[in-house]
Amino acid sequence: MAWTWFHRLGSPPHIYRVAGRLTPWLAWPAAALIVAGLIGGLILAPPDYQQGDGYRILYVHAPSAWMSLMVYTTMAVAAAIGLIWRMKVAHAVAAASAPIGASFTFAALVTGSLWGAPMWGTYWQWDPRLTSELILLFLYLGYMGLRSAFDDVQRADRVSAVLAVVGVVNVPIIHYSVIWWNSLHQAPSVMYLGRPTMPASMLAPLVMMLVGFTLFFGAVLLVRLRGEVLSRERTATWIREALRP
Amino acid sequence: MGVMTDFCLKGENVHLWRGDHHVLRGVRFEVGPGECLQLTGANGTGKTTLLRTACGLAYPEGGEITWCGENIRKDMHAFHAQLAYLGHEPPLKAELTARENLHYWVGVRRRFDPQELDQALDRVGGEHWADRPVRTLSAGQKRRAALAGLTLMRVPLWLLDEPTTNLDAEGQTLVGALIDEHLQAGGVALAAVHHELSVSAPEALRRMELTFG
Amino acid sequence: MRGPLRQAGEGVSDLAATVVASAPAVPPLFAARLALARDLKLAFRKRSQLVQPLAFFAIVTTLFPLGVSPELPVLKPMAGGVIWAAALLASLLALELLFRDDAQDGTLEQYALSGRSLTWLLAAKTAAHWLLTGLPLALIAPLAAIALGAPGAAVPGIVISVAVGTVALSLIGSIGAALTLGIRRSGALLSLLTLPLDIPVLIFGARCTELAIDGEAYGVPLQLLAALAVLGLTLAPLAASAAVRINLE
Repeated sequence: MAWTWFHRLGSPPHIYRVAGRLTPWLAWPAAALIVAGLIGGLILAPPDYQQGDGYRILYVHAPSAWMSLMVYTTMAVAAAIGLIWRMKVAHAVAAASAPIGASFTFAALVTGSLWGAPMWGTYWQWDPRLTSELILLFLYLGYMGLRSAFDDVQRADRVSAVLAVVGVVNVPIIHYSVIWWNSLHQAPSVMYLGRPTMPASMLAPLVMMLVGFTLFFGAVLLVRLRGEVLSRERTATWIREALRP
Repeated sequence: MGVMTDFCLKGENVHLWRGDHHVLRGVRFEVGPGECLQLTGANGTGKTTLLRTACGLAYPEGGEITWCGENIRKDMHAFHAQLAYLGHEPPLKAELTARENLHYWVGVRRRFDPQELDQALDRVGGEHWADRPVRTLSAGQKRRAALAGLTLMRVPLWLLDEPTTNLDAEGQTLVGALIDEHLQAGGVALAAVHHELSVSAPEALRRMELTFG
Repeated sequence: MRGPLRQAGEGVSDLAATVVASAPAVPPLFAARLALARDLKLAFRKRSQLVQPLAFFAIVTTLFPLGVSPELPVLKPMAGGVIWAAALLASLLALELLFRDDAQDGTLEQYALSGRSLTWLLAAKTAAHWLLTGLPLALIAPLAAIALGAPGAAVPGIVISVAVGTVALSLIGSIGAALTLGIRRSGALLSLLTLPLDIPVLIFGARCTELAIDGEAYGVPLQLLAALAVLGLTLAPLAASAAVRINLE
């Protein structure tokens, strides 16, 4: 009985409708939270005693980095569900998430580089977090590359699902080995603010940005998911009904 | 206290899509002991796909395949242990001899004596070429070597994809004879063919045609 | 009551009796050993192919003195990293040999249909692959290290670190090779998929080799490397067998 909603989620026309209706519920709060977070972080929060105003890029960098990992996990979980229960919609979720996650990763790298530049004097340092993000970007690119190498969508789904699961197991391993590597050489590692704890005025906008980015991902995922479903089901009969204005 | 061992391969309402292409559309078939079902049809109608679905390599979106009354997905390893599948190309390594190929190919599945291996090779006329590397053999000889492996496996279910490819008239008679022996021992065979197999008992031979749409 | 498909009962056909009586069970280890033996025998019939990854390794290590500096004091600190970068690339090259031939001539399909555990059979193939590429790499790595300024006393440490590390590389590589089975000209994609997963092996392996070259204790990174190899041993053949079955569909 409890499984019926799960199985209904697996039906493409149902998902198409639900995703369409749900999107504004995620998009508007996301926009509100991000605007509020940016105002709070860029304008209202006090400057850091060590880094001055330069730290403010944290409000974009930290949520981006967080999302890059969260999206990969979501992708892997969806892929695993698709693999085990043979749900086409789960595979569509994984396919739709990948480019979003890759974009977050890229954003994290760019903002991280911009953040460090004034302090390092160069645009790149082999900081453990940046290095991990770079490797994560390669994992995303590999996943998307593997998908695109197959003409048959079903096989692309299932093969890339195995890769996603293998990748998600490896992400913690890679992360800790990079930290270990970095600790050997005492390379500069910035990005952590002077204080061990942040005051509420700094923390609140950060949390708003985090939640806002998560909702933003949700909204974009739903939009892309509808596109994926349409493309995969293009020969099905329910499409004409669904697209009627 | 017996368990029913009526070897019977059944396919019920089998549907399979390859991308947008609905290859198998509600296919039904049943092959019992001592029967050989020939699948005919033009290229691209799904004969190979049906064979691969029947042996469990391909996963159908709808319907099920049963062997001896049980869904093949329940215990795939046990099901595979009872079948032999011969695809378009004989599964032989070019750098090994025919004898060595059979030793590894069938040896992974069951233990057998060297005499059995010799017998299987002699049955297909392989005395002269069994110990030469497979890359030096003709296509017909390779096909015969594959058939030797088939008989060596001693399994009740044979799934054959165009078994007479590259064989001369004598070779085609050989295939018919091997299938005859298999059927007489109570085995089941499912074969995709372009020409009728030369099996001696015509009542054991059934035909099913696959078409587009 | 329906028992396992292998049980025979009354009124059994001749063939069933033959199947049951004359097919002694083959334990999975025996099947795996047979698969290993086959791959080794095949490799020795085409010996010239085995040299290629080793030659590639030698050439890549040569690129560094040519591209950076011929001075040993400059090369020695880099030697561990150079050897490992070269070993990674050479092992990538060698991955072509793992599954491609078997996928093309149908023998991989026969493994999947053998009624035996495909995981064990692929683990055996990966073991053969390591014996044919990883182990020889481990044996010639000291030569490259010495050419880059390492002392002779470092040789045992270098051999051990590369030997253990290449086990992990072969296992991780088997996943990539299984995923890209059906893809034509998959070399670049295979590298993109495999290299990020290889990075922990590179980090621990290079550190281990570096310590060995400096004459210091290298136990810690070696243990971490061994842990990766063991993890790979338990998970990689499983993932590879799932990927192979998907590609055979």
